[in-house]
Amino acid sequence: MYKIDKLNELAEIVAEKRAENANLEPRRMTAEEKDTLLAAFHPDYKQDEFTVLSAGVNKGDKVPSQLAELLQGKSRISAEDVDLNKPDYDTDVLIIGGGGAGASAAIEADETGVKTMIVTKLRIGDANTMMAEGGIQAADKPNDSPAIHYIDAFGGGHFAAKPELVKNLVTKAPSAIQWLNKLGVEFDKEPDGTMITTHGGGTSRKRMHAAKDYSGAEIMRTLRDEVLNRGIPVIDFTAAVEIILDENGKAGGAVLMNMETKELLVARAKTVIIATGGAGRLHYQGFPTSNHYGATADGLILGYRVGAGLLYADTLQYHPTGTGYPEQIFGALVTEKVRSLGAKLVNIDGEVFMHPLETRDVTAASIIRECTERNKGIDTGLGKAVWLDTPMIEYKNGEGTIEKRIPAMMRMFGKYGIDIRKEPILVYPTLHYQNGGLNISVDCSTDVENLYAAGEVAGGIHGRNRLMGNSLLDVIVFGRDAGKNAAMKAKSIAIPEKLTLAHIEKFNNELAQAGIENNTASPMLLPHYARKSK
Amino acid sequence: MDNMVNVYLFGKKYQVPAGLTIMTAMEYAGYELVRGCGCRNGFCGACATIYRIKDKQELHACLACQTEVQEGMYVATLPFFPLVKKVYNIEEIKPDQQIMMQLYPEIYACIGCNACTKACTQELNVMQYIAYAQRGEYDKCAEESFDCVMCGVCSSRCPAGISHPQVAMLARRLNGKYIAPECGHLAERVDEIEQGKFDSLIEDLMQKPIEEIKELYNTREIEK
Repeated sequence: MYKIDKLNELAEIVAEKRAENANLEPRRMTAEEKDTLLAAFHPDYKQDEFTVLSAGVNKGDKVPSQLAELLQGKSRISAEDVDLNKPDYDTDVLIIGGGGAGASAAIEADETGVKTMIVTKLRIGDANTMMAEGGIQAADKPNDSPAIHYIDAFGGGHFAAKPELVKNLVTKAPSAIQWLNKLGVEFDKEPDGTMITTHGGGTSRKRMHAAKDYSGAEIMRTLRDEVLNRGIPVIDFTAAVEIILDENGKAGGAVLMNMETKELLVARAKTVIIATGGAGRLHYQGFPTSNHYGATADGLILGYRVGAGLLYADTLQYHPTGTGYPEQIFGALVTEKVRSLGAKLVNIDGEVFMHPLETRDVTAASIIRECTERNKGIDTGLGKAVWLDTPMIEYKNGEGTIEKRIPAMMRMFGKYGIDIRKEPILVYPTLHYQNGGLNISVDCSTDVENLYAAGEVAGGIHGRNRLMGNSLLDVIVFGRDAGKNAAMKAKSIAIPEKLTLAHIEKFNNELAQAGIENNTASPMLLPHYARKSK
Repeated sequence: MDNMVNVYLFGKKYQVPAGLTIMTAMEYAGYELVRGCGCRNGFCGACATIYRIKDKQELHACLACQTEVQEGMYVATLPFFPLVKKVYNIEEIKPDQQIMMQLYPEIYACIGCNACTKACTQELNVMQYIAYAQRGEYDKCAEESFDCVMCGVCSSRCPAGISHPQVAMLARRLNGKYIAPECGHLAERVDEIEQGKFDSLIEDLMQKPIEEIKELYNTREIEK
């Protein structure tokens, strides 16, 4: 039951129309309809929320204003704060970030026999990977193929992705699933071993593999366990605050900061992988976020400052179904799998206003239109929202389906007295994913030699919109590749001799010349949620 | 202000708005969290918390990000708990009873007090999954423990010193790798890709002019 009587009354309307709505097969939008909808209602099109960069490789490009503030912010250190001649850590491959990409990279680098180390500002596994609920795509069914997966991903991303990256993503998907399964990751299977797969928004085949609605958690905890079994050093509660270059401008390590004592440390490495994840905690345009506490775009800043370019940093993913009510979980992710299993999106009048499995950008824009221009949203006291008719899942698939397939969702709402098996839930878009990021080549290298990037921090794989289940896939495929490639490179080169942080002053000068005065400490490291004014 | 409640963070009293979670209440009180805060969505287990309501006996355990504050709540977070994590080579171990005896023999010292189950922040039947692990029934242990976020509260209450989340982690990996049925179509597809079966198809797509691939995308058949 909802604590607000009005919401219970409105939920009744949804219940009354459930049988009729369940049988409906809503029309999919045409390409033109989608383009018009996106231009009018998607947050990426709100020009006044973006700032054109005045310094750095991407000078002249627009990025979200909060990101611009950090990209053109002030380093947390000066070159003289540390002695680069006395490294605290010496390694072949330095991995910054302990999420799915970082852990995958570490396992593969370790496998080649090179010295590998992870630094992470929180704990290993504190990452968006842990929170991915719905699943991971791979074209491994007989009616599917990597080529069909390619078309879905490339088209869903508005034909903007780098083709060679999409090819890499889709052709290595089945082997990524196999690799995970062999590490002991559990997947939902039929008794004969057939993978239980569903649709995601914008997929043309049912290729979403899942482990209930803890898919990312199951993957992440297994990868973490494997990293620990291998004895790969994990330096936790330690953030990277600057990349260190050698005299030839190649990456040669990072300056680290203990998050608790603020002690600065130097890590010297032959190659460096940035795997720091996304930026949801920057709350672009004031949106709530489904992201992890540490998702503050640090890797973009680290890379950008030493000359690694960004690609599509102006495109963000607003997940259509963030929690709209209650306030304790406002903005928390309601997995797309809820719609994969048959729940439809319904407005205040009980009308199904769209096909529930359009791509995420289109679905988010459609919900925003329903709540603004059409005024068919439900007022929750926290803002407007639309219904996601969860009881329809069991109406269609039988009792017990929700507990078996989406137990985390049942638990999350159950704590606030809402039984999603019996009552529909309220949803509104939430900031979910950074579609773009550091520009990478197919070997995961960035514009800076010996500096690699993988996972959400990298850009170009998903074009201007990512499909459900392609991010868990991306962190595994490109994480593994980054680990292998950075390790191979490390084997072929010597320890960098002359290390330098001269880029800090150089970048500061560039900012000064551009007339930018900005004292925002950058990278951000953690969001500022503590109430200051009392 | 109306609708304020009194909470005691590590024993110190603060007034915070009703409706906040323990985590957002700490931030309202002025805490800049570094430890004890992770996904903020109930998946990572970083914010294990013990509380007791003033003048009541019972101790409760919860995740700070998933629990609403109550009047008179005495709160202590448990941002880290020293679980025992044994290392092993997943390729070399076997899913027999022996491996549990070898790596986590303390599970056989369970006295059946059920404190772990009572403390579980995910409301799992922890003692039951330990019983499955004792018997080498790793498939059942995996299923019963599946929603574990490894927060460690169970272990903090265990008189036998069992690291329940790590026992379950091992059981799930054994189940995922050795016990659950193998997937035939996955192995076949991996082989086909290795033989280069799809290379020319994808190369062809990559070469296509954008208008052609748009047409392919917009008219593609979608499986029902």
